[in-house]
Amino acid sequence: MTIADPKAPRADQADLDKAADRPEDADQWTAKIRTAAVDALPPQKLLPDRQPAYVASWIYVFGVVTIAALIVVIGTGFVLALFGPNWWHVSSTGLFVNSLHLWAVEVFMFSMVVHLWGKFFMAAWRGKRKATWISGVVSFLVSVGAAFTGYLSQQNFDSQWISTQAKDGINSTGTGALFNVTNFGQMIMWHIVLLPLVVVALVGLHVLMVRLRGVVTPFAAKNETPGVDAATSGAEVQA
Amino acid sequence: MPAIALVFGTLFGSLIDLNHPGNYIHWGFIQMSYGNLAVIVLMVVVFFAAILIPFKTHKEKGGDR
Repeated sequence: MTIADPKAPRADQADLDKAADRPEDADQWTAKIRTAAVDALPPQKLLPDRQPAYVASWIYVFGVVTIAALIVVIGTGFVLALFGPNWWHVSSTGLFVNSLHLWAVEVFMFSMVVHLWGKFFMAAWRGKRKATWISGVVSFLVSVGAAFTGYLSQQNFDSQWISTQAKDGINSTGTGALFNVTNFGQMIMWHIVLLPLVVVALVGLHVLMVRLRGVVTPFAAKNETPGVDAATSGAEVQA
Repeated sequence: MPAIALVFGTLFGSLIDLNHPGNYIHWGFIQMSYGNLAVIVLMVVVFFAAILIPFKTHKEKGGDR
């Protein structure tokens, strides 16, 4: 990165913006990353106004339903963390937010499974989309862990029962010393710090890859019109 | 308690009564609660409904596409 001359008049942000694409700066790592990112995902591709015509089906809405549910899960999780278990077990507002958190998770897992089925039968890994598919599968598996540690973090008899039942299963895999389901402190840290970070990062990566490659074309689109690929036919509808 | 809450409470309370040990199906080595089975059936129903129910789209304004 070039350091500005400290004796020179101080540049404001507008001047820096104008200087952002100077040819002499092109070999700097900041310029290389920025150029690569914008080339791969220009703003109109990152947040498009239109989708291909074949996306006009209810089966395509479950990915965004999953993301909407995840936003509610994270939001209600913040509120639960703010006030603590005495609040979420006793007060009516706390019980309501606790229920919102639970049911948002139910919607999240439900819609993610329907999304997974839809993409499986579309063979959505076609067209260099293997990484997108794998990131979705890993997101699903990590989400199962996030939900499981959530059940262990309820601070009630239910969570005690689940932890004492699960410990035998976990111990049988030989990982009980590392992942101790009866260690409440460890489980709540996994639930509110580690796993949410991983889920959000994976879902973010998954969405970026979907935007990068686009939505997979259906099988029939190629067969019905020989020689015309739906991905390049320009058939679009408004999103 | 308002009458409508009493009616709904009685109706859903009789359908989803949690004040007893859960009911489970036993299918070979598979053991599953009826609640989980209901969710799986609902997912299958929603999956096929999503494929079969038409999706309303916006009409193009003045375009030939």
